[in-house]
Amino acid sequence: MQKNKSLHFQRKYLSIPYMVFMVLFVVVPLMLIIAYAVTDKTGMPSAENLISFFSDSNNINTLIISLFIGLGNTALCLLVGYPAAYFLAKKNLGFTMATVLLFVMPMWINFVLRTAATRDLLFWLGLNGGDHPYITTMIGMVYNYLPFTILPLYTTMIKMDQSQIEASYDLGATPAQTFLKIILPMTMPGIVSAATMVFMPTMSSYVISDVMGERKISLIGNSIQLYFDQGLWHMGSLVALIMLVMIVIGSFATRNIKTEDDARGGLW
Amino acid sequence: MKTSAFMDFVRKFYVYIVLFIMYAPILLLIVFSFTDTKLVGSWNGFSLRLYLSLARNREIVTAAINTFVVAFSSAAVSTVLGTLGAIGIFYSGRRSKAVMEGIGQIPIMNAEIVTALSLTILFVFFGIRFNFLTLLVGHVVLTIPFVVLSVRPKLVQMDPNIYEAALDLGATPNKALMRVIMPEVLPGVFSGFILSVTLSLDDYIITAFTRDTAYQTLSTYVYGVTSKKGALPPSLRALTTVITLLALVVLLIANRRGKSAAKKPRHK
Repeated sequence: MQKNKSLHFQRKYLSIPYMVFMVLFVVVPLMLIIAYAVTDKTGMPSAENLISFFSDSNNINTLIISLFIGLGNTALCLLVGYPAAYFLAKKNLGFTMATVLLFVMPMWINFVLRTAATRDLLFWLGLNGGDHPYITTMIGMVYNYLPFTILPLYTTMIKMDQSQIEASYDLGATPAQTFLKIILPMTMPGIVSAATMVFMPTMSSYVISDVMGERKISLIGNSIQLYFDQGLWHMGSLVALIMLVMIVIGSFATRNIKTEDDARGGLW
Repeated sequence: MKTSAFMDFVRKFYVYIVLFIMYAPILLLIVFSFTDTKLVGSWNGFSLRLYLSLARNREIVTAAINTFVVAFSSAAVSTVLGTLGAIGIFYSGRRSKAVMEGIGQIPIMNAEIVTALSLTILFVFFGIRFNFLTLLVGHVVLTIPFVVLSVRPKLVQMDPNIYEAALDLGATPNKALMRVIMPEVLPGVFSGFILSVTLSLDDYIITAFTRDTAYQTLSTYVYGVTSKKGALPPSLRALTTVITLLALVVLLIANRRGKSAAKKPRHK
């Protein structure tokens, strides 16, 4: 042990470059967002941004529409993705890792290209984004976020204790009871991970609503992007801060549920 | 038991239907990449002309090359920084470990557009001009948490005594790190790298906010043409086929590798 110390090398020092990077490019930028959100152009503290944002009814509409689209997309993705992930994880069905990877592979085709392809497909099928912007936007959202729903769910489900499910049946529970009392609680971490991976990104992904809804729907992401284009950093930061507050509230609300934080990392 | 076999069939069918619907837009583009028409849906006889025009389209080829350059260079930086970071964090004290892991969670929890805007403000604040490096930093921020998350489980599984044993047997800490710890975490490093490439290829928002506006990647190019109600340029259909083929090859290799890795005995 004496030998170790004399070399002045400790493994924990290996994280120094990583931490320097993270502080410079993650922590400091967030501080700047907060600072910009609560100051005006002269750098003085002010509530001007907040007041001008909330006094515009367009912005409030944007917030409400974003919330609804975010919630709707999360619900739809879980509805479609939950059974898919469950069956993928069921051992007797014989799905391999390759099938799971097939759900990820569309990501290699850039998501803007994929979204444009989805629009073309719907157009071909007679569904026009100009006439039905909400329907096409929702379809585009589900297309894009389904992999992010299935992966965390799948990672939780393959670790599920099967004997509990069998025990539940042996003790006379109906399939519905088994699902509500055993399977659902066991897969809760996956559900929470999936929801967090879908909800906030949906609200902020202005690309999908722009391409699918032909710019007829404005999400929070659109506001930020608009302020970005005009160089209105203080207003943009305020909207970003509003989103940050929502994220903090969200993670606080789910703090008691252990989430599947290596859901994406554990795949390969 | 006949009903259960039938149910299994239904379950399998469900997974394949979801997969089919997910791939439908891509399949549509691929099919209509072999005909020479302006819009998907109309067939004008088999033709490889779109592939020729793809090869001749400087703008798209440059954007595709740029996309891969950004993806692989940012993934390389993320993998090195993230792997060292994960090892360092793993051997840190409890307090600093918690702080570092908390900071690492920020880019995952945060909405991508908030991360993007915060980086933009950082660069504007310090008067840094947007160039390839700012774009690279953006993609490293996007991907580095997933490298850390991929490497960490391997460190947890590792036998803690082998590093000490290597030192006792006369290895320098550097040598012990490279010869003992690295081989153990290598699968995690590899998956972190692939995951980084995947996320970077798929990205639009961070790219749009942190790039030099003259630097086009596939996502910014496609967004530029399609968000203004424009149809997808036909040669992009050919490009989709090319990327899908590439992805399939990688998938097959990964699947092979996964199978051979599964055969190896693992110690806890």
